[in-house]
Amino acid sequence: MIEKDVTEKNLETQKVHGIDYMGKKIGMWFFLFTELLFFGGMFLLYSVYRYRFPADFHIAAMDENLLIGSVNTAVLLTSSLSMALSVSAVRRGNKKLSALLQVITILFGVVFLVNKYFEWTAKIFNGIYPNSPVLLQYSKGQILFFSLYYVMTGIHGLHVLIGTVVISVMVVFTLREVITQTNFSKLENTGLYWHFVDIVWIYLFPLFYLIT
Amino acid sequence: MEEKRTGMETHIIGYRTYVYVWCALLILLGITIAAAKIYFWKYSVPINLFIASVKALLVLTFFMHLKYEGRFLKGLVFITVLVLTTIIALTFSDVWFR
Amino acid sequence: MTGESKIMENETSEEISFYQEKGKYRGILAWLMSTDHKRIGLQYLVALMSFFSIGIILGMIIRLSLIAPGKIMSAQTYDEVFTTHGIIMIFLFIIPGIPVAFGNFFLPIMIGARDVAFPRLNRFTWWLYLTGAAIVALSLFIHGEPPDTGWTFYAPYSIRTQANIALAVLGVFVLGFSSILTGLNFITTIHRLRAPGMTWFRLPLFVWTLYATGWVQLLATPVLAITLVFIILGRVFGVGFFDPSKGGDPILYEHLFWTYSHPAVYIMVLPAMGVISQIMPVFSREKIFGYKAIALSAMAIATVGYFVWGHHMFTSGMSDTARVIFSFITFLVAVPTGIKIFNWVATMYKGSIVVNSPLLFALSFIFLFSIGGLTGLVIGSLAPNLHLHGTYFIVAHFHYVMFGGAGMAVLAGLHYWFPKMFGKMYRERPAKIGWLILFIGFNILYFSMFVLGYNGMPRRYFDYPPKYFTGHLISTIGSWILAVGLIIIFANLIRALFRGEKAPANPWGGKSLEWTISSPPPPENFKETPVIRDISY
Repeated sequence: MIEKDVTEKNLETQKVHGIDYMGKKIGMWFFLFTELLFFGGMFLLYSVYRYRFPADFHIAAMDENLLIGSVNTAVLLTSSLSMALSVSAVRRGNKKLSALLQVITILFGVVFLVNKYFEWTAKIFNGIYPNSPVLLQYSKGQILFFSLYYVMTGIHGLHVLIGTVVISVMVVFTLREVITQTNFSKLENTGLYWHFVDIVWIYLFPLFYLIT
Repeated sequence: MEEKRTGMETHIIGYRTYVYVWCALLILLGITIAAAKIYFWKYSVPINLFIASVKALLVLTFFMHLKYEGRFLKGLVFITVLVLTTIIALTFSDVWFR
Repeated sequence: MTGESKIMENETSEEISFYQEKGKYRGILAWLMSTDHKRIGLQYLVALMSFFSIGIILGMIIRLSLIAPGKIMSAQTYDEVFTTHGIIMIFLFIIPGIPVAFGNFFLPIMIGARDVAFPRLNRFTWWLYLTGAAIVALSLFIHGEPPDTGWTFYAPYSIRTQANIALAVLGVFVLGFSSILTGLNFITTIHRLRAPGMTWFRLPLFVWTLYATGWVQLLATPVLAITLVFIILGRVFGVGFFDPSKGGDPILYEHLFWTYSHPAVYIMVLPAMGVISQIMPVFSREKIFGYKAIALSAMAIATVGYFVWGHHMFTSGMSDTARVIFSFITFLVAVPTGIKIFNWVATMYKGSIVVNSPLLFALSFIFLFSIGGLTGLVIGSLAPNLHLHGTYFIVAHFHYVMFGGAGMAVLAGLHYWFPKMFGKMYRERPAKIGWLILFIGFNILYFSMFVLGYNGMPRRYFDYPPKYFTGHLISTIGSWILAVGLIIIFANLIRALFRGEKAPANPWGGKSLEWTISSPPPPENFKETPVIRDISY
């Protein structure tokens, strides 16, 4: 059975190289907990201000492009698929497939960011950006909505960008066999990070695009 | 004790499982967009958040392997979410009653 | 510093101390580039003591300017001085504090490990700390004014002031990231690297507190991080989350800020309590009373401590519902704290007390922290809080718990572990004299503040009406006495570094693992991984 052979090889790697697979994994999960609380502060602001200005949020959200938002959601979900598949591939010893899947993940990430760029430039072209004269004419709830939009999707987008850079490094590691069938923590942990970024977007999407 | 397990015994999730999960996620995405277009009035927030949570749980359980991890890690994820929820709830004890 | 070995216990005559280990680098790089937890811990210790000294000097300047009505500096400068005093003492000294110095040095040894779970991350964390400190320092000296908002950076003033807030806050952000990573490293270490037989309930109580603290660092600090980002965004891009003219709510700033900053005080005090738990049984020649209760109470304090932050905001304009809830939970958190105090004192019962300086510092922790804690209950009650918020009563309260508590614990740990870290013994008499003078000065300096505050003296004021003159005069004199005590203490320790007698492996008769290896420890800590059969502290 594939699993048994791999398990024995893994245990040997651990003994020989002193690698603590479990330790690296929970270390990554702990880091994700901090990220959850980091984004959590932004979700807290959103929930308070949405509670206070429900009508304004509703109106402001009409400015959002549902098509781009939905496409972006589908893009990230699919990138999560390719990322997860790439980890399975490397665990089955399929180095080239894994690298290919990682490249696909990066491409999806880039598509997401390009879409974001179009969304942002469209808004900025219309004079809507933090502290703009146009925005300051709007009602308070609308000002808050757009501020939250820029801050939350901006910080999320930054995380996507960082993720694509890290995955690019992982592609190199996979091809150079720094990441192997028995030593794949780096890739798995990168995957955990990427899925977390996907989950954040899963919540951002309805909060900004689906409240009209 | 959970330290004795190296953790590498976790079985490798099959490609097919991942694809099924992904299909489920896309279907849920379709549902949530459709649900938004229906005028649920004040229930639209909880409904959309609920669907989002189902999607998040699928990603957590399968893509992030949580289904195959020990009780310890599952418990920690739950506790962390609980901490965030309580912080937001306590903040609302102010905002709601002002 | 010698590291010559003697033949004793775990050693052979070829054994070297970690100071003598020769790696890839020479000179200062051998320290900055080291991933050895002991070297990292010592470097942190030097940094902490340096920042503590600067913070003390700033405190002395504050007290000097308040010695009598009238002013020796402008109001603006006074704001900058107390702000900088707070930022340095809190973010550069007491929050990193015991975990980065004694935690780094002793955690792996106490659990029978060679190093922490992620040694290179540990080194990166140390560099982050230095970077954060440098950025904060930059904000003080670069063109523009040093921060003047108080260490709490309340909006909307922090968004509008002309001072170098964005830079200072960026420095704190970096320091916060360092704190998060320390917590992450320690939690993983305690989970994964315990020696065979070192079960959870055989861990030293100091390790339990580092574990509880790690969780607070991990889950609370990110909330501060995002709040600081909001300040920077507000200043640089005009994002108005806390600006009422843009729909924002300044009280939300306070919620977000204190959601971190209250748990932060448990980051300061839990490891301090861990140090006391180590010292009490050794100097009472008794087993610690109620080991499990003390261990679990650390977890309880860490947990409940997340949900009390509103007690910093009783006069802010929060709803009554919130005020009642937060006050109630605040009272709850006193229970596990009380358990610890009771158990430490009970440990001494029928013990054979050895009155050495570590014990003196530990006892003063118990006494001073109790005063601070009890006054915390006073201000945790809604009605008194309305009168006492923003007065010197608060200033006295937090100095009793942070300085009389955590600060004393730093000194206790320093005197307890000095022989182990440096292989030298300090002289006991100057340590005791320094302690006594410090203790007397401390109480004169801060107890008078309780009286001042109760009589209405507001905090963060650069001047005051004549009726408060006596209290302030007494307090300032207390600060001078305190300073003399500190000077004696540190002169004694510094002298010991160069001229102290060689220390044995176990000068105090301690039972935890660090006392089974040489003073100073060898590079790999243990020749062979220890196997724990039974251990009682």
